[in-house]
Amino acid sequence: MTEGARQSVEGGAVLRFAPHAKFRFDAVRQAWIVLAPERLLLPDEQAVEILQLIDGERAVDGVIDELVRRYEAPREMIAGDVVKMLQDLVDKKVLRR
Amino acid sequence: MSAVEPPLALLAELTHRCPLRCPYCSNPLELSRASAELDTASWKRVFGEAAALGVLQVHFSGGEPLVRRDLTELVRHATEVGLYGNLITSGIHLDAGRLKELVEAGLEHVQLSFQDADMISGDRIAGLAGSQQAKRRAAGLVREAGLPLTVNAVVHRQNLDRLGEIIDLAVALGADRLEVAHVQYYGWALRNRAALLPTRDQLDAATATVEAARARLAGVMVIDYVLPDYYAHRPKACMGGWGRRFLNVTPAGKVLPCHAAETLTGLDFPTVEEASLSEIWHRAPAFERFRGTDWMPEPCRSCERREIDWGGCRCQAFALTGDAARADPACALSPDRGLLVGARADADEAAPDFIYRQHSAVPRRSPDLVSSSA
Repeated sequence: MTEGARQSVEGGAVLRFAPHAKFRFDAVRQAWIVLAPERLLLPDEQAVEILQLIDGERAVDGVIDELVRRYEAPREMIAGDVVKMLQDLVDKKVLRR
Repeated sequence: MSAVEPPLALLAELTHRCPLRCPYCSNPLELSRASAELDTASWKRVFGEAAALGVLQVHFSGGEPLVRRDLTELVRHATEVGLYGNLITSGIHLDAGRLKELVEAGLEHVQLSFQDADMISGDRIAGLAGSQQAKRRAAGLVREAGLPLTVNAVVHRQNLDRLGEIIDLAVALGADRLEVAHVQYYGWALRNRAALLPTRDQLDAATATVEAARARLAGVMVIDYVLPDYYAHRPKACMGGWGRRFLNVTPAGKVLPCHAAETLTGLDFPTVEEASLSEIWHRAPAFERFRGTDWMPEPCRSCERREIDWGGCRCQAFALTGDAARADPACALSPDRGLLVGARADADEAAPDFIYRQHSAVPRRSPDLVSSSA
């Protein structure tokens, strides 16, 4: 398979938006949106916060650390949700390593 | 009525001209001539109005959008006004130079159609010799240009048995996404229904094939697949509801809630020359007609799914019952369900020849084709 296998989201993975995925604020709807090929995602408040931490430098562990700090919540709880969401977006090719 | 939300996407049918003649083409039976097409300035104005209205994505479609010589200029303008641009193409006229121009103009994604994994069958369905070879070449160009690629495969009785091979083809071509679309029976496809409707056994095998492939290809290729109406229990939420999510502008500038809406009689669809997209979206009677739930008859009106499937498809209701305001016969609760179920028997008869799409008032059977392997 030329395009390689599935990318899995681990703590050390540094993720970025795929070149043709656009994460931006939509002035008409006054909401953050993700545009991808023939797809539109409307992330909720928590998802927006996670996506704003995806900067192509911070590893997934760093994203989780930051959210733990902000919410003062147990790490395992946050980590599970974050990894699940990021893996889904990697599988949809919105994010990549 | 409560505030109308802005549309998400615009299907811009730039032309009805196309090198292919697929017998399930979604274009209307009365195809527009080149001389009737909106000019460059009008399309640019439409894209500006769409972005201002809240449209986020534009699908450059047709017919074959590459036959428009101003396509690059249109893509550039759509990018400038902030629209995310998808090209929906047969790939037949795509070359590296043209694609480079389009990428520089801001095109984000290409959706390429395939008629079959078998080249001879694919050429026969498309009505053009050499088409499937040209498409494979086009897919390579898209990947080389660094654009994401969606392979679109319209499936039906005459190619559904090769769905596994179609999936393998899409993976081999480097597609990020495969859209497996069952034929929708209006217009050309309704004329060819007896040649296209799959059997129950074919459908069950195809569904199993998709499920297995999805598991195997997770993270490699996304597969979009929707069960066809003729074997479904509940209707699809056509277009996400009438006048809720999508706008379609035809080559001649008519504004529709979906690409098949011109098959409905008794509705007056305004053109982009007559009013702005915003005025049409918010106030045109044709858009208000089936928006929301107020128009619904029973069994939809009291159905708990009325805001999930929005009564199904108006064009299908009209095509089968002659009344666009009835429940979609795809729903098992529809009193007209028998009209749709009865047609399934056709799938057990020998398939008639295709009636290929063409610019002509009276379509005729086409004799000049390679014969079917089936």
